[in-house]
Amino acid sequence: MAEAAGVPAESLAGCRARAARTVLDQVVLPGEELLLPEQEDGEGPGGAGERPLRLNAAARSRGRVVCGPGLRRCGDRLLVTKCGRLRHKEPGSGSGGGVYWVDSQQKRYVPVKGDHVIGIVTAKSGDIFKVDVGGSEPASLSYLAFEGATKRNRPNVQVGDLIYGQFVVANKDMEPEMVCIDSCGRANGMGVIGQDGLLFKVTLGLIRKLLAPDCEILQEVGKLYPMEIVFGMNGRIWVKAKTIQQTLILANILEACEHMTTDQRKQIFSRLAES
Amino acid sequence: MEGAMQTESKIRADSGTEHGPRGPGCSLRHFACEQNLLSRPDGSASFLQGDTSVLAGVYGPAEVKVSKEIFNKATLEVILRPKTGLPGVAEKSRERLIRNTCEAVVLGALHPRTSITVVLQVVSDAGSLLACCLNAACMALVDAGVPMRALFCGVTCALDSDGTLMLDPTAKQEKEARAVLTFALDSVERKLLMSTTKGLYSDAELQQCLAAAQTASTHVFRFYRESLQRRYSKS
Repeated sequence: MAEAAGVPAESLAGCRARAARTVLDQVVLPGEELLLPEQEDGEGPGGAGERPLRLNAAARSRGRVVCGPGLRRCGDRLLVTKCGRLRHKEPGSGSGGGVYWVDSQQKRYVPVKGDHVIGIVTAKSGDIFKVDVGGSEPASLSYLAFEGATKRNRPNVQVGDLIYGQFVVANKDMEPEMVCIDSCGRANGMGVIGQDGLLFKVTLGLIRKLLAPDCEILQEVGKLYPMEIVFGMNGRIWVKAKTIQQTLILANILEACEHMTTDQRKQIFSRLAES
Repeated sequence: MEGAMQTESKIRADSGTEHGPRGPGCSLRHFACEQNLLSRPDGSASFLQGDTSVLAGVYGPAEVKVSKEIFNKATLEVILRPKTGLPGVAEKSRERLIRNTCEAVVLGALHPRTSITVVLQVVSDAGSLLACCLNAACMALVDAGVPMRALFCGVTCALDSDGTLMLDPTAKQEKEARAVLTFALDSVERKLLMSTTKGLYSDAELQQCLAAAQTASTHVFRFYRESLQRRYSKS
């Protein structure tokens, strides 16, 4: 390839692995490799294998780094598999090295154990209901997984009902299973969602934003009208207000929240509060 | 979101660097990309290269028919629709090439027994169609959040009768060329994922074209990075 020798080798080598610390809150692309903090020490002037001795205790508590959504372990590095902003959370109680994850914008939900979701009952077969949660497979929900349900006392669930429940089994190899009770046997807000109201779909990123602690949007929306609202981590929101018009206004506001800036939102809320 | 990328690379060692939009020096046409423009698919992207434009939509990981499911990885399907007429054999062969490229890059093992469908619609064809389809498919897969081990891009080279190399040829240049070569390259080490060639060329010319495509792909990946950074900076 003598003719192409003019091309410098670095431009063809692609990105070499970067330290995860330096890329925090920046956009990362699939294929990038990230180095964890422990590995950077080994690449300093000490060279291969030598580590500078540290006498402070903080260096010892490195522990396990948790690899969150969008990242995979690849050898001793992290491989980015989705495009988004890299985030890090420090460990709360001192053990472990914290969590790294990629904040990406997605519409399609993949079931995760422990998530609370809104599902639509699509079929009743024998003792289980098939519930559509927006993933690749319908989840199964046993009729005994409701508060106070026994073999004689079956819950009143029909095809087409909305269910708010959580996943107990959700991995890539098995069919997802959900229940409407918590580990103590109490409903805790889960179960069949009542009559009327409106179910609509938003992106997963918006749901996470709305469910974050101290979400301003939610506080402002709550001041507008009295309403009931249920958020499912699968991107579904159920809203019910006193009249149909109010319900539709709430649905439109929540859908539009994704694209509006804070100022535009405040304008719209103030206009609505006046009328 | 637009990015105008013009690159001139010197391929013949004797001639000086030539400037000029599509002169004897090689240059890629103007690029533009837009993401998340369709409301129904899980991910969508539109990619423009000069006058060639392709719209891509990705659905997945979604339900799959029992006859098509694979027990340990995702079933990837590619559907390519031409601008006019019914899809024919040429579309089928391009679908297979795009599918093989995507399968090499998408982490299907994370979603067994699901299907990932990429639907491509040719909006206008003015040369380098397969490369534009590959670029649109990659951007749409990223938009849908399908886990991938790297990004990929497509680059087309044409060799004319004197042996001059042209990158990103127009339809007229492709027709008059002696050979047209399309390569799909990955973003990590610019390795070759797929190549399809038509026409007469020598072994040395093949290596030359591959090297030129690898250089050009750097610009395409830089454009990807810029347009994705712009997308995430809005939120």
